[in-house]
Amino acid sequence: MSSIAGTKSRLTWAVQISVVVLVALWVFPTVGLFVSSFRTADQITSSGWWAAMAPSERNDTFRTAAPDTQVQENGVWVIQGNLFEAGSEATISSWGTSSRDISAYQPGQTAETRGGGRLTVQADGAYRMESDEEFSGRRGQRVFVTATSPPEFTLENYNNMLFDPSNREGMTRAFFNTLTVVIPATIIPIVIAAFAAYALAWMEFPGRALLIAAVVGLLVVPLQLALIPLLKLHLAVGIGKGYLGVWLAHTAFGMPLAIYLLRNYMVGLPRDIIENAKVDGATDFQIFVKIIIPLSFPALASFAIFQFLWTWNDLLVAMVFLIDATGETTVMTKQIVELLGTRGGNWEILATAAFVSILVPLIVFFALQRYLVRGLLAGSVK
Amino acid sequence: MNPALQGLITIILGVGGCIGYFYLSNQFLDKVLFPARGKDAGRNINRANMIRPWLFLFPAVFALGLYLGYPVIETLRLSLTDRSADGAFVGLANYSQMASEPKFWEAMRNNMLWLIVVPAVSTAFGLLTAQLTDRIAWGNVAKSFIFMPMAISFVGASVIFKLIYDTRAADLEQIGVLNAVWLSFDGGLGSFLFLRLTPALILLAFAGFMVYGIYISVKPYIWSGNERRGDAWWTFPLRAVVALGSAWLLWLSVWSIVSVMTGTLPYGEPQTWLTVPFWNNFFLMAVLIWIQTGFAMVILSAALRGIPEETIEAAILDGANAFQIFFKIKVPQIMGTIVVVWTTITLVVLKVFDIVFAMTNGQWETQVLANYMYDKLFRANDWGVGSASAIVIMLLVMPILVWNVYNARKEMR
Repeated sequence: MSSIAGTKSRLTWAVQISVVVLVALWVFPTVGLFVSSFRTADQITSSGWWAAMAPSERNDTFRTAAPDTQVQENGVWVIQGNLFEAGSEATISSWGTSSRDISAYQPGQTAETRGGGRLTVQADGAYRMESDEEFSGRRGQRVFVTATSPPEFTLENYNNMLFDPSNREGMTRAFFNTLTVVIPATIIPIVIAAFAAYALAWMEFPGRALLIAAVVGLLVVPLQLALIPLLKLHLAVGIGKGYLGVWLAHTAFGMPLAIYLLRNYMVGLPRDIIENAKVDGATDFQIFVKIIIPLSFPALASFAIFQFLWTWNDLLVAMVFLIDATGETTVMTKQIVELLGTRGGNWEILATAAFVSILVPLIVFFALQRYLVRGLLAGSVK
Repeated sequence: MNPALQGLITIILGVGGCIGYFYLSNQFLDKVLFPARGKDAGRNINRANMIRPWLFLFPAVFALGLYLGYPVIETLRLSLTDRSADGAFVGLANYSQMASEPKFWEAMRNNMLWLIVVPAVSTAFGLLTAQLTDRIAWGNVAKSFIFMPMAISFVGASVIFKLIYDTRAADLEQIGVLNAVWLSFDGGLGSFLFLRLTPALILLAFAGFMVYGIYISVKPYIWSGNERRGDAWWTFPLRAVVALGSAWLLWLSVWSIVSVMTGTLPYGEPQTWLTVPFWNNFFLMAVLIWIQTGFAMVILSAALRGIPEETIEAAILDGANAFQIFFKIKVPQIMGTIVVVWTTITLVVLKVFDIVFAMTNGQWETQVLANYMYDKLFRANDWGVGSASAIVIMLLVMPILVWNVYNARKEMR
């Protein structure tokens, strides 16, 4: 604004910094979940996810191999091996053989052990223990290590939650159940609402204003009111709990917004086109299919995104109308709530499950954001 | 049958059925019932055109009536009957039973708190981000990121925030951000600045805002000039409500300032945030605020763009600074949109269920109406009280419903 007057605002820097802070604040929580889903259970419990990016230093206790693995080389008894598991990229910065002084030695130095042996530990964890006499006892020498390991990420969690058929808590079934709920529940209301919206926008009949007012009113009726009466109805007519019930419920609950959005959009289409078509002898049905639908594409897309996000993210409607006692038809949101109850501390499971469920909406969101914004602007009652 | 296959068949049947219905019913109307031929052709066309809108509307009206209209009536009826006594009419017994439950009043109190805090904070943040991102080159990218939580489910967001609020024993590494930050406070100067002074100043600003609200609403009745003439009849009650509400909030905020400045804080101990009574409500609200700010920002940003440039240019020429332009030129012009955003978020708040259900399930005094209702309906199987609480939610929504319908009708004329 100030640039209009020709002066560069002194506030620009403050503005830039505040926006950076705000964006960071808003992205931070999601990033935490995302990062956590790529860490092992051990890593998650040993440090906060924000530490995952930096090399982590930690103290650990290992044992050398047991004395029964010793071999005799040139008259010296030797036990050797590596403290770390194969593939580990940790680097030892200091080590010790007593719990009272865990950083007594640098890598490469040699320590006298209590049993009379000489222990040398290298930075990569390789060790060699020598003794002039045979080692005795059943267990190996304890070694206290301070090691730095580079950031480490794993796809194991996703493998577990998605591709392990033996995992009862896996998300695969819930994912496909959600998909099964969402697709019909997004497409069918569009078709029904488009016809109704056309009638409310371009046809003259008594009671039209009243109907529009009713739609605006129903827009805000809490769907909580509908739960018991409709469940009773579904049970009475034999639909019961299942996909058909949830499709019907989502279709009807999305209807007010669909009609409202589409009608508002259609009413703004140029009158000339429609009247010309009528003069040329087109019927209402032809006008609707050949003119209105192609022209209303942006509004149809907006509503489709809304309904998609809403049905994908829904918990209440699915719990009431879909999921029965067997739990075969559970959806992702319900599955996550259950995991929250049973696996409250297992963040590698929770984070992965949650990220699987929010990934698809995020993709849709970033790909079709334009339509979503347009729909929001048209949809909020002025 | 495989559900996926069943889904596919449903799509084909549903879409095909709808289109088939519309096509065939139109054909039937034009060709069989009222054919546009013969001596009655003219009259038949008129008749057909009278019926046709209802053919287009029928499926939608049927769905709306059965799935949204009928349940309102039926819930009202259920709230007046007793399920265990075979649906006998019991008058207001369910309501009085509900009113005698402390859990209900806890839910009411929390809901009121949600209703004040969430729309206010979301709208304020939305307005702030809309204004700030409006001026900078990468504004659209920034907006995208702040808008992103809109796509995340309440349940997903609950998991995200549960990770933030996570608590571990004092001798272990904290993996929840909030506790990690909390443990970095030790009661020194930094703690005083961030945990006492900053909140106190924010509350003070809020209190000042409330004083201004009271001043605005009682001004015409104390310094009565010509302003009052021509007021509608509802102006006085509205002003009285605003003034009383502001006074209550003012008292609350002054009380909060005192408690923030004097209360003892347990430094150095990891907190289980979701079990701290009263404050845990705010930790739940943070989730919804995080989601709704993006919505507020998008709408308000469009409104800000729509402000005529001339008004701002004129203000600059008159020597207004950036803050004056924002508060005195821009905000008044988008007041209508702010109200819309506020009411829309209010509606979301009234129905909030998933967040509470997933994070605390109403324990530790975090109950809200929607979750209370779910508890009654599906855990206690008490349809009477459950329906009664649904009706309470409906009554709370009612003013917004009336207001929306009123505005929509005004617009159509």
